[in-house]
Amino acid sequence: MNERKNKLAIRGLSKRYGAAVALDHVNLDMIDGEFLTMLGPSGSGKTTLLWSVAGLNNPDEGKIWIDGQEATHRPACGRDIGMVFQNYALFPHMTVAQNISFPLEMRKVPAMDRKTAIRQALAMVKLEHVAERYCNQLSGGQQQRIALARAFVANPSIVLMDEPLGALDKKLRDHLQFEIKRLHAELGMTVLYVTHDQEEAMVMSDRICLMNRGQIEQIGTPQELYFQPKTLFAADFLGESNLIAGTIVGEENDCLTLELPGIGTVRVRSGNTPVSGSDIVHFTRPESLSVLLDADLRDNRVRGQVKEVFVSGAITKLFVDVGGASALRVSQLTDYSRCVRKGDIVTIGWADNVGNVFSGKQREAA
Amino acid sequence: MARIDTILQTTPIRNVWPKWNRLHWQTAPVAIFLFSLFVIPVIMLLGMSFLGDTALPSLTHYQRLIEVPLYGKVLVTTLKVAFYTTLLCVIGAYPVAYLLATSRRSTRNWLIILVLMPFWTSFLVRTFAWIVLLGRKGAVNQMLLAIGIIDVPLQLIYNFAGVMIGMTHALMPLATLTLLAVMENIDPNLSRAGATMGAKTGTRFWRIYFPLTMPGVASAALLVFITSLGFFITPALLGGPQDTMIVQLIIFQIREALNWQFAGAIGVLLVMTFMVIFYIYDQVFGLSLAGGGGTAENANKSSFIRKVAVSVGNVVIRALARLTDAMISMLCLIKPATHRAKTSSRGGLHVVCTLILAFLALPTLFVVPVSFTSEAFLTWPPRLFSLQWYDLVFDSPIWLAAAARSLVVATTTAALAMVIAMPCAFALARDQFAGKQALFGLVVAPMIVPNIFIAVGLFFLFSRIGITGTTFAVVLGHTVIVIPYVIVTILAVIKGYDRNLDYAAATMGASCTVTLRRVTFPLIRSGLIASFMFAFIISFDELTISLFVTGGRLTTLPKLMYEDALLSVSPRLAAVASLLLVLMSILIVISELTRRKGGYRAFDQ
Ligand SMILES: Nc1ncnc2c1ncn2[C@@H]1O[C@H](COP(=O)(O)OP(=O)(O)OP(=O)(O)O)[C@@H](O)[C@H]1O
Ligand SMILES: [Mg+2]
Repeated sequence: MNERKNKLAIRGLSKRYGAAVALDHVNLDMIDGEFLTMLGPSGSGKTTLLWSVAGLNNPDEGKIWIDGQEATHRPACGRDIGMVFQNYALFPHMTVAQNISFPLEMRKVPAMDRKTAIRQALAMVKLEHVAERYCNQLSGGQQQRIALARAFVANPSIVLMDEPLGALDKKLRDHLQFEIKRLHAELGMTVLYVTHDQEEAMVMSDRICLMNRGQIEQIGTPQELYFQPKTLFAADFLGESNLIAGTIVGEENDCLTLELPGIGTVRVRSGNTPVSGSDIVHFTRPESLSVLLDADLRDNRVRGQVKEVFVSGAITKLFVDVGGASALRVSQLTDYSRCVRKGDIVTIGWADNVGNVFSGKQREAA
Repeated sequence: MARIDTILQTTPIRNVWPKWNRLHWQTAPVAIFLFSLFVIPVIMLLGMSFLGDTALPSLTHYQRLIEVPLYGKVLVTTLKVAFYTTLLCVIGAYPVAYLLATSRRSTRNWLIILVLMPFWTSFLVRTFAWIVLLGRKGAVNQMLLAIGIIDVPLQLIYNFAGVMIGMTHALMPLATLTLLAVMENIDPNLSRAGATMGAKTGTRFWRIYFPLTMPGVASAALLVFITSLGFFITPALLGGPQDTMIVQLIIFQIREALNWQFAGAIGVLLVMTFMVIFYIYDQVFGLSLAGGGGTAENANKSSFIRKVAVSVGNVVIRALARLTDAMISMLCLIKPATHRAKTSSRGGLHVVCTLILAFLALPTLFVVPVSFTSEAFLTWPPRLFSLQWYDLVFDSPIWLAAAARSLVVATTTAALAMVIAMPCAFALARDQFAGKQALFGLVVAPMIVPNIFIAVGLFFLFSRIGITGTTFAVVLGHTVIVIPYVIVTILAVIKGYDRNLDYAAATMGASCTVTLRRVTFPLIRSGLIASFMFAFIISFDELTISLFVTGGRLTTLPKLMYEDALLSVSPRLAAVASLLLVLMSILIVISELTRRKGGYRAFDQ
């Protein structure tokens, strides 16, 4: 891949609302044409960061560069952006067509070209038939789609989207995810995207930025975030996980021996997470664990009783009581010939390189 | 098929007996009250104008109205005064309402008190304060003389300028509140969305914000215009002879010339003026806007005039947007914008609003020092310190009796109005029933019809039944005036109340009465108290009705003050005004505190 230039650079950005810290010294870089999704719990500062990039709130500290030029306090109208607001912000005194035409007018697009652009934008969101309606005559999902069309119509170089698909049904959401990806690929704009839907984030993004309490917890490709979470918070927030508190009892080379209550001794080839102190939390993904047949060999094994079995089509989820505080979650492909029933005694096993260890102190922080 | 036919035939078609079942009887007291004490008297008054001197039908009064040029001239003056008042009020109120709508809730609550200052302080206190401030020996002239800018005192009042100052001061709060109601509901993200699409400040204001405030501007203008047509105190006390307004003519005809029929004819002229204005307004903006109705539906079935107005408006707005943007970028060229461009533009707004708020809130305070003067005349600066004028007031049985009567009247009026209006307000807010629109029209009509009609009509009616000059008559009259305000404020409270709370209570097993007592009432209580206070203050300050219905025998505080002010403006009036100011301030603070403490408003930050 050839070197692409930096589109957006954020350094030490902070924003406070009274005593509440909405953004806390955030650093972020995006290369031109990147699709970056921000994920994080409610109130973690996603919208605030988006607004700073848009130039809608004056950051208290820090700097923003767009295309290598400082733009921290550049007014929003000079940034060549398109934005979908969390509450849509459609102009109630204009029709749908007038709404979509507005960014084009501001960029002094001639009337003829505006017409075609509006038609195409409406076609993308499958709402050609509502062009002459006022926005309060549309359903929530329709409004959301108009907001989307309005953000894209003028081909801005950065598109900011704050949960643009939140109000839509599954099918429409899939369609628009596809459309957004297509437009992104065709037009090459840089997209900063906010969503609560982890699957959406995984599917669409080049990189995911996980936010927590106004800070970036971790940033990386979807795979990195999912399989190599750097912090307990990241591990816990994304997907399902087994988190078990315990202590380190031995260490040799890169292999740790842990004592987990109820489970016993467990070996982990800890990744790159530095651990201080002996109180730790052990992390595994449910899909890394499996129910063993007697002949199977695994680095770690534990026996327990199946408490619940959920079959959701292709995946079967087991909750196995191994005597610890919380049950182990195991998920595997449904195998009809070897189905496990509630109450069965099973052996669970996993390799020593699928787990990870976080410092126990992080638990309070998370 | 056959089966369905037989079913259709055998099933008795339920006879939904319309109207009567669905009428809401709790609205009856208000309806009957207003019908007999508002509709009938006003119609009687206007009807009288069609009787000649011999009580036979004739049009002689109208002939006179047309033939004597004075009346046409007064009508033109009235329209001119109303027009300029409207212009000044809307222009002044817009930035203030904008500031209020965009500032934090706690700030807003205190600023609103400043805006409402003239609204709460008695009409007469206010007018009187302007005399103290702007008279030949008033504060402004004395100051200018002292600095040496002028040699002879300027004529600041008793002319058109005086009327303008007084009326703008009186009506700007109304315009501000009307605008604020609309601006508060504008999503601040809309402007921001405009910015992300590349719209500059001027474009954002003119093409996004301003059109959205248009309904507010239109209804504020209508309210101010209509209200100012009915003014007479301010022009009488602050204007010169050439600034006579039409209501003053009516009063003259009734009190001095004793020509009722001709007064009625002038009344009809005023009513016709109203209708023309409403017609024009409806053609341009659509009357439903005044009620805050949907804009979208109107747009489709719009009149020709409206279409023209809209397209002309669009062109003007676009031009203004360009102009403002150009001006702002020129300013930026001269003085490069600092980092926080936002704060500086806000700075201009703050300066303008401070000036306007000072204009609204400060003048009234000038009556206080004057009341402590030790001299026998109004002078500025007053020679301090003496309590002689207060002694004079407290030693005078006439003033004390008037004050006591005003208190009794205001309390009774507020209570009576609450009792009969509250059930009606609930029905209007929550139910659909036959004649709801008409009832709402009837209920708010006394707010729109100038008080002078009601006053004269009631005087006429009461003198027939022989109850003029009783406290009871004054209470009845004031209740007519107060009912619209009570209903409108209670409506606002009930509409802001989330009915799901009631349903939630019901799902938890609460009966209707328990729900009302434990959930609904605690939540709307502070709103009801505020509404009561509102009614009290309006009645306490009411002059027009009292002027007529008391029939010269009884007197209320405002009436006494008015008659005193017509004779001479003495420091004694300043003492009364200061006392009233203190009383009203206490009332406002109390009602404001109860509103804040008791309401769920405290939580909806
Ligand atoms: N205008 C404001 N005034 C005061 N506090 C604010 C304001 N806007 C945001 N905050 C606070 O800043 C923090 C971050 O808010 P932000 O809106 O960025 O969260 P978010 O990640 O977008 O949440 P959500 O997923 O719920 O939209 C929150 O604690 C919020 O309470
Ligand atoms: Mg958000």
